[in-house]
Amino acid sequence: MPEPLLEIKNLKVHFPTDDGLVKAVDGVNLTLYPGQTLGVVGESGSGKSVTWLTVMGLVTKKEAIIEGEILFRGQDLLKLPVDELRNIRGSKMGMVFQDPMSSLHPFFKVGDQIVEAIRAHQRMSKREAMDLAIDMLRRVGIPRPEERARQYPHEFSGGMRQRAMIAMALVLNPDVLIADEPTTALDVTVQAQILDLIDRLEQEFNAAVVIITHDLGVVAEHADDILVMYAGKPVEFGERRDIYYGAHHPYTWGLLQSIARLDEAERERLRPIRGLPPSLIFVPPGCAFHPRCPYAFDRCSKESPELIPENGHHASACFLPLADKERIFKEEVLQRS
Amino acid sequence: MSVEVNERSEPEQRTDQTPLVKLVGIKKYFPIRRGIIFQRTVGNVHAVDGVDLEIYPGETVGLVGETGCGKSTLARVIMKLFEATEGQLFYDGQEYTRFSRRRMRPLRREVQMIFQDPYASLNARKTVGSIIGEPFRIHRTVSKGKIKGEVQQLMELVGLNPEHYNRYPHEFSGGQRQRIGVARALALKPRLIIADEPVSALDVSIQAQILNLLEDLQAEFKLTYLFIAHDLSVVKHVSDRVAVMYLGKVVEMAPGAMLYRNPKHPYTGALLSAVPIPDPDLAAQKKRIILEGDVPSPIDPPSGCRFHPRCPRAQLPKCSTDEPVLEVHHPGQLAACHFPLEDRAIMETAGVSE
Ligand SMILES: Nc1ncnc2c1ncn2[C@@H]1O[C@H](COP(=O)(O)OP(=O)(O)OP(=O)(O)O)[C@@H](O)[C@H]1O
Ligand SMILES: Nc1ncnc2c1ncn2[C@@H]1O[C@H](COP(=O)(O)OP(=O)(O)OP(=O)(O)O)[C@@H](O)[C@H]1O
Ligand code: SF4
Ligand code: SF4
Ligand SMILES: [Mg+2]
Ligand SMILES: [Mg+2]
Repeated sequence: MPEPLLEIKNLKVHFPTDDGLVKAVDGVNLTLYPGQTLGVVGESGSGKSVTWLTVMGLVTKKEAIIEGEILFRGQDLLKLPVDELRNIRGSKMGMVFQDPMSSLHPFFKVGDQIVEAIRAHQRMSKREAMDLAIDMLRRVGIPRPEERARQYPHEFSGGMRQRAMIAMALVLNPDVLIADEPTTALDVTVQAQILDLIDRLEQEFNAAVVIITHDLGVVAEHADDILVMYAGKPVEFGERRDIYYGAHHPYTWGLLQSIARLDEAERERLRPIRGLPPSLIFVPPGCAFHPRCPYAFDRCSKESPELIPENGHHASACFLPLADKERIFKEEVLQRS
Repeated sequence: MSVEVNERSEPEQRTDQTPLVKLVGIKKYFPIRRGIIFQRTVGNVHAVDGVDLEIYPGETVGLVGETGCGKSTLARVIMKLFEATEGQLFYDGQEYTRFSRRRMRPLRREVQMIFQDPYASLNARKTVGSIIGEPFRIHRTVSKGKIKGEVQQLMELVGLNPEHYNRYPHEFSGGQRQRIGVARALALKPRLIIADEPVSALDVSIQAQILNLLEDLQAEFKLTYLFIAHDLSVVKHVSDRVAVMYLGKVVEMAPGAMLYRNPKHPYTGALLSAVPIPDPDLAAQKKRIILEGDVPSPIDPPSGCRFHPRCPRAQLPKCSTDEPVLEVHHPGQLAACHFPLEDRAIMETAGVSE
């Protein structure tokens, strides 16, 4: 087993607000290795973004109560002095956001923004940094990068902006690339281009990649492992095949059944998850999913299920016996032969 | 392999029926003006550039295509929120292209729209009750005293709690706000609903709730839908027939299953190949056609076939000089292409295994 790149241990991120304590992340454990692609999946408000914003140091103890450990190559990022932290976070980890306009500054040329990002972490002349920036724009598939570097973000299309963001995130050769819904705002043909690009760059840079999404379809081809989150907690974790061909958690089943599939033979009625995601201030007691779960029984509203490995790495947080999970998945969830 | 199409609707049967909506050669150009004092037109955005479309009573027509291809503009032309630059509009056999505001009034009742952004399209300072009841007040179809009761019935119909009548939009989630939009659209008992990206801003789990709701309402009220989205899986799921748009034109039109199993236009093939499927093995078998480059500008669309600069099958000079027109390839399937995909090509493009 290679050395883990990133280990998150019992991470909790709670926001004090006027309405009460928002438990955005409530006990996340995971380990990330070089070359691994992790898909993080869950509904809006399940704590996907906050988890990784905290890893990136973009959510801090100033605004939130943060507990647990975030070990980067064995060093706890939550305990490091600010300047060391800034260095690791800026150069060893890169993040791409859902809305590229939120991280590209509208008044500065794209090339200059990448140059700034480089020079914040590396001693390099402006000239050298610009060459590097242009080279990076070329590698993410932007045609005529010398000209493009002199343009402003609004002169780029949505897909090109996303590429520019990826270029900026990768220019310092980080070990971890976090892509938060990198394709949600994009058309499918552009989405396919961007995901292929991330795949290719992962191999080229041997980085670990985290792709955050609400749609299990998007990461089916790209993730090695899948983490499913519900109400701030991981509810299922497994290798890609474990999830798509044998998911164990009723919430994951719900996500799989909600997707309108292009390959459905005839029109099948979608089976959405009933109800709405819970408030993170008043999280339902016991299993947080129980008010929406069609399989809930007495115990579910009283005790909180732990994420327990059942088959090698494949783990789920649900009280149903394993045999039932396997049967229900086969009989009710898997519709295709 | 024979292509067998198993569809609820048989489009050929409809020829004797009057379409509810018919578009003939619709164009919508937006002038680009320059100059400080004397504005002159220096060019046009060819947002919609010659679209023929028929929507029959009770069916759902899906309109799919990438950002900027003209879907919303077309919807707005049908609603006469934009004047068509060229072409004719018919409703129930009657032309309404040049109708005045006053003559449009009854039609505005029968044709309603649902928008993509449930946040932006609802007035934040009005209660949900008054938002949903607004059409009653404008068109005076219900007496004042009865509005509240009607609105609460509508709320129940779309799965909102009628007791939330006095709440404001920000107190609702995205999916619930979309339900508010649906309730408002239903208020005047329309015949046609134009849904412009009604679920694009929602999570998949909530998307499914709204799609099922729209399906139930269609069955209950015999509604006709024009369903616009850029997500082909969603469009195929809800539609009887699907029109694929590229740069202001319809390039292919067919029943959804047919389009999926046997696309004729290379752009449709590329779109299909790019759609993610939540099945890693199937996805791995699928041959991706990655389109190069961005969608060209509608200000100066490419000559000949507009898709030629990105088309993997383009043959020059034919494709860059002759503009292909929509032709029937199979009963019910039209495509505009000089070198259409062979009938077998589907095996690779969509990854269907035999
Ligand atoms: N600074 C903050 N203060 C208070 N609450 C916050 C803050 N940031 C996030 N939250 C809350 O934390 C919860 C989790 O948010 P997060 O952005 O991680 O969700 P997500 O899973 O990424 O959802 P989405 O799919 O909508 O992006 C939400 O309820 C959000 O409102
Ligand atoms: N009012 C307007 N004035 C000028 N140009 C416009 C106007 N409305 C739309 N356009 C242009 O017309 C073209 C088609 O736009 P439209 O909004 O119809 O596309 P769309 O297919 O709905 O895209 P999306 O998927 O992004 O909603 C675009 O190039 C757009 O910039
Ligand atoms: S623990 Fe109970 S409520 Fe929670 S997912 Fe399992 S069966 Fe459903
Ligand atoms: S006409 Fe030519 S360029 Fe256009 S889609 Fe067909 S093959 Fe491609
Ligand atoms: Mg998020
Ligand atoms: Mg639109």
